Formats: sequence, structure tokens, C-alpha cells
Amino acid sequence: MRRGLSAAVLAAAFVVGLPTLAAADTAADTAILAGTCAGCHGAELGGSGAIPTLRGHSADYIRFTLKSFKNGERQATVMNRLAAGYSDEEIEALAVYLSQLQ
Amino acid sequence: MTRKSQVAVTRRRFTQLAAAAAATPLIAAPGIARGQAAAHVVVIGGGFGGATAAKYLKKGAPDLRVTLVEPNDSFITCPYSNLVLGGWRDLESITHRYDKLRDRWGIEHVREEATAIDAAARSVTLAGGDTLTYDRLIVSPGIDLRPPEDGGIAGYDEAAYEAMPHAWKPGAQTLLLRSQLEAMDDGGLFVLAAPPNPFRCPPGPYERVSMIADYFKKNKPNAKILVLDAKERFSKQGLFQQGWDLFYGDMIEWVSLADDGKVIEVDPATRTLITDFGMEHQADVANVVPPQYAKAVARNNGLADASGWCPVDGQTFESTLLPGIHVIGDASIASPMPKSGFAANSQGKTAAAAAIALLEGQELANPAWVNTCYSHVAPDYAISVAGVYKATDAGIISIEGSGGVSPMDANAADRKLESVYADGWYDSITADMFS
Repeated sequence: MRRGLSAAVLAAAFVVGLPTLAAADTAADTAILAGTCAGCHGAELGGSGAIPTLRGHSADYIRFTLKSFKNGERQATVMNRLAAGYSDEEIEALAVYLSQLQ
Repeated sequence: MTRKSQVAVTRRRFTQLAAAAAATPLIAAPGIARGQAAAHVVVIGGGFGGATAAKYLKKGAPDLRVTLVEPNDSFITCPYSNLVLGGWRDLESITHRYDKLRDRWGIEHVREEATAIDAAARSVTLAGGDTLTYDRLIVSPGIDLRPPEDGGIAGYDEAAYEAMPHAWKPGAQTLLLRSQLEAMDDGGLFVLAAPPNPFRCPPGPYERVSMIADYFKKNKPNAKILVLDAKERFSKQGLFQQGWDLFYGDMIEWVSLADDGKVIEVDPATRTLITDFGMEHQADVANVVPPQYAKAVARNNGLADASGWCPVDGQTFESTLLPGIHVIGDASIASPMPKSGFAANSQGKTAAAAAIALLEGQELANPAWVNTCYSHVAPDYAISVAGVYKATDAGIISIEGSGGVSPMDANAADRKLESVYADGWYDSITADMFS
């Protein structure tokens, strides 16, 4: 059902000439990466305690937030260290994936 | 058939195999549900890896038949058991029942120990003698403590666990160590023997020392803590030692391997720990965390290599020694991913997705993961280590430029925030596993 997204992400990876390993290639890849967010952000990524929910945000907001964590414009505790490990393609895939959570 | 030859296959090879399976339906793996009996995945072990894998198998493929082989009716987490030792939490608050895995997710829970695995027959033998057959098997057994005769510490056999608790498997051992700490006189000496790498929960011994120091500070201010370490350095070392200086003054002394920190023998009768160069330390309370390896069910059934741990393909966590079997959690060799509950949870999801894809003949994911390990150092003061990892054809790698520990110069507000986030992490990951 999210194959359209994966094709777009894959295409983007080829356009900028990155090895596909560096990108989230498919919906399955993105689901696994997003699945590890649940370790802190909780079952169904709904947050718990002081840790915010990842549900109900627009793709724009998630993209902006992850990029500003990655480049250090927004200071957090662990999220700067984690976002530094995401490629632009992974951030794009996560933004779309998370914004589509029902 | 093809499935038998999937030893140490690369990502590309996996894809070819999946394509071959899809193109030859007569010999393909059993589908998850095709109007015949549903495929059956058996999961051994109900900890961070196994409970997660079982739930995510049903979440990803509701028609799949999933059996969790786990003798206990509930799971006590190793994470946050240090807080029980410090008196911050009770054991009940870190105990999680398997009810929802059974009732909400429809997982069959077999309350027995698995003793034997036959990869050729695809069967698991239970302690009571019954066997379960599977289409794929996920093994998440955790660790065993090495006995004296197999790489452990001389004198530290099971009979010594009462006098000198390890408390590295939570539950009765946690409560025993706590009661010994409570019974200790002010001015007493607590000694923790820390293990060599690799071991379960790299920051665990040092968070434990912090929690016990907090208890002593409030209740036995003249007590001393000695850490005898079989390593030259440890996880989050600078941050821990900064926090120890800040909150506990000179209460804690850490002795490295080079300074004769390696404990090679213990005498439980006198609670004495003897180091490599012959130094004897007599403790009032001793906590021995011995060298470790994968649990017996993995080692005795061909899943571990000479190191005592289980080599896996990072993309699927399938064993590179036996086909059709995934090994996840502390028992697996997933370095640079740590032996953490967080990593086991991620690996459980990865193995579940891979098992489903292989059963359905679909292409496998190229997984990437994060890990975050928080440690409490004092009230309102916690630190973390984080990492981002990816499976490649050359194995699991850490993404360059990512991860690392909390800054040394973080302010009090950030340390407090990390303690609040640590609590949030605990609630989140246990809900992810058990709700």
C-alpha cells in the first residue's frame, strides 16, 4: 500500500547518485527504522510520559524537526545523536511514513 | 530444497532465493495462510527479543500461528532492576505479565523450557518431552553465567549465588542482594565484580553502583563501594565518574584491569574476592557479575560458535550456522549493536518481519536501527548512550558521525530531562512488548 512512496524514495536515491544502501529503499525498510522509534516513543508510537507522540504530525513538521535535530539547529538530548545517523532519504521516508499513521 | 542451503547467505543471495521460491510454488515454503494449515513460527524465550518478536509476528501476519515457549507467567526486566536495588522501585513495578500476548494477540504460550532444537526436522523438544514443529524458529534465550569450569570465576558456582548474589537475572536474586544491602552495617564494604566484554547490559554494573551509592548516601553514609573490573574501560565511563564525584564524593573506588581489578576466584564462606595478582578483598556484601555466554539451549544445539555467542546474518538475524532459525537479543553476535533490551526489541521486530517475508516469498528489508540506553546516576540525574546501525553485506555497521554519549558539560536541566526520558523509555518499551 505504500509502494508508491518506496518507488519515489528509491528514485530519489538514484537521482542524487547515492548507493541504495544508504537510503531507506522500501516500505519494509522504513517500517523497521520507524519500529525502532517505538523503543522510546512507545507502542504505536503514541508517546509515553515526557516522551512525545510521533502520531498526528504532518510530514513537513517531522521532516523539519528531524533535519533541525540532524544539523544541530534544534538542541535535544538524544535526538541530535540519532538524527545524525539518518540520511536525507531516510528522513524523507520517515516523514511520509509517520505522517500516514492511522 | 533451497531453504537448507541458506547458510551465511548474503543479502543478494537471499533475494535470489526468495525469487526462486516464488517462481517454483511446488517446493516453496509454506505460505502463511492459503486455505490450508497456517504456517507456524515458534519463539523460544519471552524477554525483550522474544516477546517483541511474538507480538510483531501476529501484528504483521495475523493468520500466522505463533507459539511462545517461555516457562514463566511474567517477565521481570533487567533494566530498572538496579532501581529496585537502590530502593527507588519495587519488583512488582518491573514485572510484566504475558496475558495480552495470549488474549489480545492470540499467541499460544507454552509454559515449558525448550531443551533441544532439530534444525533438519524443524522441531523443538520441550523439557516435558513434547515436541513442537515449526516452519521458522526465533530463538531469544538470553544468557547463562559461565560456571567455574567453563570460563567463569573459580568458586563462583550456583551454590555461591546465595552468599554472593549476581542479580544479573532479575527476581529472587535482586531481592536477595537488596536484603543483604539493607542488613549491612553503616561503614561496611560493598564490592561489585564487573565482567569482561561482551556481557548483558554494558552500562548496567555502573548504574547499579550509582543506585547503591544513593541508597548508602541516604542510609549508611560511612559505607564504601569497591568496583573490581575485568576491563580497562567501561560504557559512559567519563559521565559515570563525573556523576560519582558530584554526588557520592569518595564513596566509590573503581579498579581497572591494569590495576589488578580482575576477580579470578571467590570464597563464598568469607565473601572474599581474589584478583589476578593475588589481592584478597573481603566484602560485607559482594555482588559478582561473572563472564557470560549465550544460554544453554542455543549453545547445546549448534547455534553458538567457539565464543559461546550466536553468529547471525544482520539483515534477518538468521543463524549463519543453522538454517531456518533466527537468533536475537543478548545471545546473538550483533556488535556494534549492544546487548541491550532496546536492541533486542529492535531485533525482535526485524526477525519477525524477515520470518514473514521468507514465509511469503517476499523481498527482505534492508534494516537500520537505533539504540538508546539510559542510566540513572542520582535522583533527577541520568545519562545516555545512543547509536544508529545498519545491516550491510559486510555485517552490521555503526553509522559514522551518529550516536555517542550525553555531553560531559550538559546542565542540570538536561540531566534531569534524561532521567524523565529514561522513565518514559521504560514505560514505552514495555508497553510496546506487552500491550
